[in-house]
Amino acid sequence: MYPSEYRYTKDHEWVKVEGDFAMIGITDHAQHQLGDIVFVELPEDGSTFSAGDEFGTVESVKAVAEVYMPITGEVTEINEDLEERPELVNERPHDDGWLIRVRITDPSELDELMDAEAYESFVEEESK
Amino acid sequence: MKPFREFLIFERSRPGKIGCPLPELDVPEIDLTESLPEMVRDELDVFPEVSEVEVVRHFTRLSQWNFGIDQGMYPLGSCTMKHNPRINEAMAALPGLAGAHPLARPRHIQGCLALIHELQTYLSDITGLPHCSTQPAAGAHGEFTGILLIKALLDHKGEKRTTVIVPDSAHGTNPATASLCGFDVKEVPSDERGCVDVAKLAQMIDDQTAGMMITNPNTLGIFETHIREIADMLHAKGAYLYMDGANMNALVGKTKPGDMGVDVLHLNLHKTFSTPHGGGGPGAGPICCTAELAPFLPKPWVTQLEDGSYTWQHDCPDSMGKVHGWYGQFGVLVRALTWILTLGREGLVRHTEHAVLNNNYLRKMLEPHYEIPFKAPTLHETVFNDKRQQIHGVSTMDIAKSLLDYGFHPPTVYFPLVVHGALMVEPTETESRGELNRFARALIDIAERSASDPESVRNGPLTTQIQRADETTAARYPVLRWLPEQKES
Repeated sequence: MYPSEYRYTKDHEWVKVEGDFAMIGITDHAQHQLGDIVFVELPEDGSTFSAGDEFGTVESVKAVAEVYMPITGEVTEINEDLEERPELVNERPHDDGWLIRVRITDPSELDELMDAEAYESFVEEESK
Repeated sequence: MKPFREFLIFERSRPGKIGCPLPELDVPEIDLTESLPEMVRDELDVFPEVSEVEVVRHFTRLSQWNFGIDQGMYPLGSCTMKHNPRINEAMAALPGLAGAHPLARPRHIQGCLALIHELQTYLSDITGLPHCSTQPAAGAHGEFTGILLIKALLDHKGEKRTTVIVPDSAHGTNPATASLCGFDVKEVPSDERGCVDVAKLAQMIDDQTAGMMITNPNTLGIFETHIREIADMLHAKGAYLYMDGANMNALVGKTKPGDMGVDVLHLNLHKTFSTPHGGGGPGAGPICCTAELAPFLPKPWVTQLEDGSYTWQHDCPDSMGKVHGWYGQFGVLVRALTWILTLGREGLVRHTEHAVLNNNYLRKMLEPHYEIPFKAPTLHETVFNDKRQQIHGVSTMDIAKSLLDYGFHPPTVYFPLVVHGALMVEPTETESRGELNRFARALIDIAERSASDPESVRNGPLTTQIQRADETTAARYPVLRWLPEQKES
């Protein structure tokens, strides 16, 4: 269900490390909780955020949710496809529905995130 | 049979049709594009050309397909959709009030000024906060004015404080207000009871805290029992307490926010004080505050002179200025004062008691069938959720939509955000026991059908003109205005 090479946050974001860069998105669990996503607001290329900072919002028919930076980094690319097709976040949350790509500032921050197994039990625990 | 489709008024248009014949032009015709070029909006190239009867029928049909408080119970939690007594309308329509001109001299509109002054006095008495402005036009506008008031006082004291604290169960307008007023928003979590986590709050308040915005009872319908302690904690650090008065319907005549340590709050006259909501509005969101904040209230102020007459006081050097054209929504103020005078002190207290009683009566009936995530006692509203129906694949949205088939407006859904799949039910004091029983039976029937025939609940409503609108597509690809090329034959 949750890709084993990704890292996860308690706010239901995922991180996929690619060398010095990382892709960031929201998990399948998060998109499912939000329901049909209708709008995604993302930051500008080049903006930098610390771990825990809000970097955008995901709006569904039910609610508007903030998305938070799992790690510190500089945004190098945003998923521009989401402007026309926000439903990608619902349909393929772990790949085509990615949100931003960042240059990693401090790789050691990744150690503080959950692996797939830990995240899965976190989700189970949370929905009890 | 193809279902009847209501065409837009633009689609009904036929060139040359007119609703009311005008006499022949007996003055020289003027070309507007020449005389007022900057005023002509050329993107509006088509106006509907229709007859009077078409207009009347079109809008009457639309109004019949809508659902309003005049048609049935409207338990929209946090919105206090109570009956709008017709005597309020009769008073607001009195020619001396309805026809008063905002430019009239004070000596010609003494009655209007006395009325505003009297309403402000009552609102101050009800809230325990001695000063009042009736200028703000709605709840969120009142919030905005209230937080500006705190900002103005801080500026006056030469203090630059940067943050406003808001609970995670707050109305979305609270963080929006703080942000619009230039503050950073910090969110304080709820504890297990559903109230503000006081220990966490204590850690958050510092010398950068301008204030906190709190709703009491909160959006879960639970009274914030630590409110006095919270106010003292804020005051000790030089910060202020704003109260969102959206839920004042649970408190009027029973307790006063001023006694809880609140510095400023807004009241929704269109909730607690029975004036019409939204499209039936406009609304009004007066604010009441302490003497410390009063010098900064919007101007002009209505004041009583020594001879007993009333006037507008424009000389208010510290005032934030105006937040509304003229003097606020005067017609709404007339309705709210009528409500207060009709009921009197005892009547207002009785209404509060009935609002709380009605909610708890419903809660008891629904408790065996719907999950209540926060178990603490509730006042005027209760938040249920769809946990027990989810097992059968039935969601809050399905329950809300299906209620329409029983002749009830759905409750507030998916709010507050601290409850997953929230169904927020506020019956108000308006409903009789019989009506509450009928509403409870409808919800219980839906709960039973969710187990026995979940598909039928997922398909509701079946009896309304529009069944399930495609909200997702509407939100993703909104068509915000009609264009001639969209015209269907």
